[in-house]
Amino acid sequence: MSKFRKKGKKGQPAVNTASLPDIVFMLLFFFMVTTVMRETTLKVENVTPQATEVSKLEKKSLVAYIYIGKPVKNLQGAFGTAPRIQLNDAFKTVDDIPLFVEMEKEARDEAERNRITWSLKVDVNTKMGIVTDVKQELRKVNALKLNYSSKKTDKISN
Amino acid sequence: MSRREIPEINAGSMADIAFLLLIFFLVTTTMDTDTGLIRKLPPPIDEPVEDQDKVKQRNIFEILVNANDQLLVEGEYMQVTELREKAKVFIKSEPGNESMPEFKETEIPQLGVVPVSKQIISLQNDNGTSYEMYIKVQNELVAAYNELRNEFAQQKFGKPYTELVQKSGSSELIKEKMKAVKKFYPQRISEAEPKKVGGAE
Repeated sequence: MSKFRKKGKKGQPAVNTASLPDIVFMLLFFFMVTTVMRETTLKVENVTPQATEVSKLEKKSLVAYIYIGKPVKNLQGAFGTAPRIQLNDAFKTVDDIPLFVEMEKEARDEAERNRITWSLKVDVNTKMGIVTDVKQELRKVNALKLNYSSKKTDKISN
Repeated sequence: MSRREIPEINAGSMADIAFLLLIFFLVTTTMDTDTGLIRKLPPPIDEPVEDQDKVKQRNIFEILVNANDQLLVEGEYMQVTELREKAKVFIKSEPGNESMPEFKETEIPQLGVVPVSKQIISLQNDNGTSYEMYIKVQNELVAAYNELRNEFAQQKFGKPYTELVQKSGSSELIKEKMKAVKKFYPQRISEAEPKKVGGAE
C-alpha cells in the first residue's frame, strides 16, 4: 500500500477544488437576489380563473395586488365566508381602496405612478358584485390599468 | 512548532453545504410571473356623457350575463363557447349589410385610408354573475379580437399579429405595423354599469 501511495503522490497532483465553494456561493447569491419571495400571506382563498388570451405582466415593481375571495378555512370562524378584500396583509373594505391606491402610488417614483397595473387576484367562486364595487372605486381614483389575474390554459369549456 | 500541530480544516464539504443551500433556494423560490387579462377602465365621468342615442343600435353588440351565468347575446341565448365566432363576425362586419356595424373611412399609417368598422361591444353583467363566467366572456372577446388581428396581419404583412407584438421592440417598422393592425380592429369593449337584478344577495 505505502508503495502505491508514494508513487501516486509523486505523480499528478489532485485538482484543486478550493474554489468550488466560491463558485457555488456565487450561484447561490444569484438565486437569492433574483428570486422574489411572496411578501404577503394570503388570507383569502385564491384560485384564479383560467383563460387562453393571457399576457405576462412586465414590470413587477409596477404591479399592485388586490386579493378578493373567501377567507381561508382557519379564519372563517372569525370572519365568516362572505368574500372579502385583502390589501397587503389585512382584510379591508371597498372604502379603503382610495387610501391603498394613494399609498401604492406614493411608494413609486413620480414618473411611474401612472403606469401602475392593478392586478385583481380574484377567486373563481366570487360573485361579480364585490368585484364591480372594487372596479368602480378604482375608477373613481383614476387607477385604470387593470389586470384580471388568470392562468394560461389551452381551451376553456362551457 | 505548535502551529504545525493544528491540522488544516478540511474545507472539502463546504461545497456540499453551499450546494445544499443552493438547491433549497432553487426549490423554494417560485419565479411566478403574474399573467392575466389586461384591461383598461374608462376614466371617471366628470363631464356629461355623450348622448347614448348617438351610437346606433347596429353598431352595438350586446352581451348580457345573468346571475345564473347564462348569456344573452344580441337577444339570443348562447353558450360561452359560441361567443367567439359570433363576436368575430360582428367585429369584422360586412359592407352593405344593414344589420352589421357601419364603416368609417380612417387614415391609418402603413395602410392608407381604409374602412374601419364602428363596432362596440357592450357587456353587462349582474352582481350575481360568477367571476369565472365574467373572465370567460372577457377572454372570448379578447380572443375574437386577437384572432381577427392575426388574420388581418397575416394577410397584410405576412406575419400574425402576435408575432408583430413580440418583435415590436426590435424595430420601429414592426411597431408601426402592429399599431396599424390595432387601429384597424380597435378593441372596444364597454362595460355597462351593473344592475342589481337576478336575485343575488
